[in-house]
Amino acid sequence: MATKLVSSIQEAIRLCGLKDGMTVSFHHHLRNGDYVLNLVMEEIAAQGIRDLTMNASSLFETHSPLLGHIENHVVSLIQTDYMAAGLGRAISQGIMEKPVQFRTHGGRPSDICRGATPIDVAFIAAPTADPMGNCSGKYGPSACGSLGYAFADAMHAKKVVVITDNLVPYPLQDWSISEDFVDYVVTVDAIGNPKGIVSGTTQITRDPVGLVMASHAAQVIANSGLLKDGFSFQTGAGGASLAAAKFLKDIMLEKGIQGSFGLGGITGYMVDMLQAGCFRNLMDVQCFDLKAVESIRTDPRHQEISAMQYASPTAKSAVVDSLDVVILGATEIDTDFNVNVHTDSNGYIMGGSGGHSDTAAGAKLSMIIAPMFRARLPIVTDRVQCISTPGRDIDVLVTQGGIAVNPRNAELKERLVKAGLPIMDIRELKEKTERITGAPKTIRRGDRVVAEVIYRDGTLLDSIYNVPGEQR
Amino acid sequence: MRRSMLFLPGNNPNMLINGNCLGSDAVIFDLEDAVSPAEKDAARILVRNTIRYMDFRGCEIIVRINSIDTDFWKEDVRAILPHKPGLIMLPKTGTAQDVLTADAFISQVEQELGMEKNTVGLMPLIETALGVENAFAIASASSRVRAIFLGAEDLTADLRCKRTKESREIEYARTRLVVAARAAGVDVYDTPFTDVNDDEGIAKDAATAKALGFTGKASISPRHVEVINRVFSPTRKEVDYAYEVMEAIALAKQQGKGAISLYGKMIDAPIVARAQQTIEMAQALGMDKGEM
Amino acid sequence: MEIKKLASAGTMESSDAYVEIEPGTDGVEIQLDSVVMAQFGEDILTVVRQVLGDLGVEKAKVRVVDRGALDCVIRARVETAVLRGKGEA
Repeated sequence: MATKLVSSIQEAIRLCGLKDGMTVSFHHHLRNGDYVLNLVMEEIAAQGIRDLTMNASSLFETHSPLLGHIENHVVSLIQTDYMAAGLGRAISQGIMEKPVQFRTHGGRPSDICRGATPIDVAFIAAPTADPMGNCSGKYGPSACGSLGYAFADAMHAKKVVVITDNLVPYPLQDWSISEDFVDYVVTVDAIGNPKGIVSGTTQITRDPVGLVMASHAAQVIANSGLLKDGFSFQTGAGGASLAAAKFLKDIMLEKGIQGSFGLGGITGYMVDMLQAGCFRNLMDVQCFDLKAVESIRTDPRHQEISAMQYASPTAKSAVVDSLDVVILGATEIDTDFNVNVHTDSNGYIMGGSGGHSDTAAGAKLSMIIAPMFRARLPIVTDRVQCISTPGRDIDVLVTQGGIAVNPRNAELKERLVKAGLPIMDIRELKEKTERITGAPKTIRRGDRVVAEVIYRDGTLLDSIYNVPGEQR
Repeated sequence: MRRSMLFLPGNNPNMLINGNCLGSDAVIFDLEDAVSPAEKDAARILVRNTIRYMDFRGCEIIVRINSIDTDFWKEDVRAILPHKPGLIMLPKTGTAQDVLTADAFISQVEQELGMEKNTVGLMPLIETALGVENAFAIASASSRVRAIFLGAEDLTADLRCKRTKESREIEYARTRLVVAARAAGVDVYDTPFTDVNDDEGIAKDAATAKALGFTGKASISPRHVEVINRVFSPTRKEVDYAYEVMEAIALAKQQGKGAISLYGKMIDAPIVARAQQTIEMAQALGMDKGEM
Repeated sequence: MEIKKLASAGTMESSDAYVEIEPGTDGVEIQLDSVVMAQFGEDILTVVRQVLGDLGVEKAKVRVVDRGALDCVIRARVETAVLRGKGEA
């Protein structure tokens, strides 16, 4: 029987012919529980390979050993869609010569597919695989559900290595990525720590401010004119977003509305909505909790999708283009509705677009949900430090103290005013907030670009500058 | 208008500063049960500052001070009174004398501050068997009393019965308080429903309170505020009827008629007063005059 | 008002401030640690000095750990710490 099994990661790297200056890629379905990126990079560093480009769909705190590989010139360029605060802080302090390239969850596969960001070797962590490389995220001790972000890498990298801790006899049933794309298969003891891969049950927020925002958000949707049979919806995994989904579910059930699909990173709350009959289908690029993993494994209405189908602007069509409503977060939003999700209030990188600007561009109603201020810092500013999503794609900002509608969407404003919701101009909301918090001093930024924010169409949207000296 | 009142712990800045965004008609800054004895001073100053510096337009502030058998209540009154809260809630009120004791001290402080007497109203919290039996005496003890409030948690402990969701054990207290309050011409507020996650339970419990005649209901969770507001708002039908009553009255006056009936029912003074209240509330809530 | 003993007030919770005060020898010394130092650090110092001044505190060492508290909260915590510190040692 034929096999693509090789003895070790080290052997796979050698067989792939990885050399100085090449590009390696990783997906982030194992999130903060991922072992694979660190295991592979350790081997690469040990083999003395230098000057690599790392294309990772997202980077988490667990990937902090990357800092050592940067320091030792193993990695000289990072391409990613999201970067956790620990790594982000170091990047913001200016440890890399070449600026990090931030893309979006749709822009990344788009650029891979059209050859703008070629990959030499893709390392694909797979919770279950067979010896020919058919693999899936739905089964095994490290199950993560969907493998949506890994498809573009598997299909377009010159060499593809599947790394698994659950090898099953050929053929694996119900694979996500098929053998025709895979060169080698490696088994390891564990590809990740299940505790960091998916969360247990996520509780609805008990924070009173979050509940008020969620209630406003549900009311905005209910009165948007979009909530009718066939309705489609995406929301994040934050406490207030989940609470909004819960309130929305109550409204849909009360009114007997059956939506078409729920999209996105899928949580147990979206599964609840599917099971309650709020949607016909879930379209799932990434599972966030155990309930979502269980559902995608057992419920045929819960469908895995690739990142291309999710959000690529150069795909023949993407699901975001059919999306009615998306609920998104923000660390800052300015009076032109531009949103920052890349940097914190002191200018340090602590996030990234993920699917933010993709869904905002596609959805008919893009809603930002955020408190008026966090730790005294107002959410609304005159100009965000970094534009992650352009204001033209944002329709409404929901806070506990008022709702601001983008003047570009006059119809929505009219509907919401009529519904008796607390609508105000975004400048008015800014002033109202600053009467409570005081006006913050603008922080200093450096003069060196440490990261580029590349919009989903491949154009440069904004640049992120270093944070000078130690300021806290 | 106080359909809903939300309790907020007095030493928790995060809750206090957001109190006016949580959707309730009134908030109750709690210096009593929610604050440990060692933090009474801190909470008092924090609550005072919140009232002094924060803008709570559109949301009435009520302060629950410590009971008159403690060492704290007088200092609470001294700190809070200059900032004119909507009401002071007096916990563990058992007798008319308790009201008079608080009233006398508040009057004294009002005078010291050069405030007009009776500026700040009192809302006795009735949460003992003695208090329930004295409800009318308490409600009518002083013109400073603007409302009475039923506290079922402490009451059921005093009654030596279990506090249940069905609330059979407080039926008597509820009706007794409503009758006492109405007889004394003051408002009456119902005890919070304590299961934060039971959406159906709170809706039922609020509807029961409204049906018994309560003016509004308190809550310990912002999650309950919306449903309480809904239950205690006039319905479209009630508003329409109120307008019909007022129009019928106007017509009767025009025609020089003394008595008038609507839908075969005599319209007398209480019905008119009620209709007027309903219309005022509807206007405050921005409910338009409906189609008739 | 004289600070006679070490006293503290407030918490490290978000939106709160923790304030410690102790007798000083030479004027008022303030040590501030804040999550919003860059945006509000100077404002916070001004407010702390103002409260101390209003209460007539002339000699004290004050340490403030601010977790994003609003002015009215910082004022309350400083005042509480001062009142707690003026008691008998």
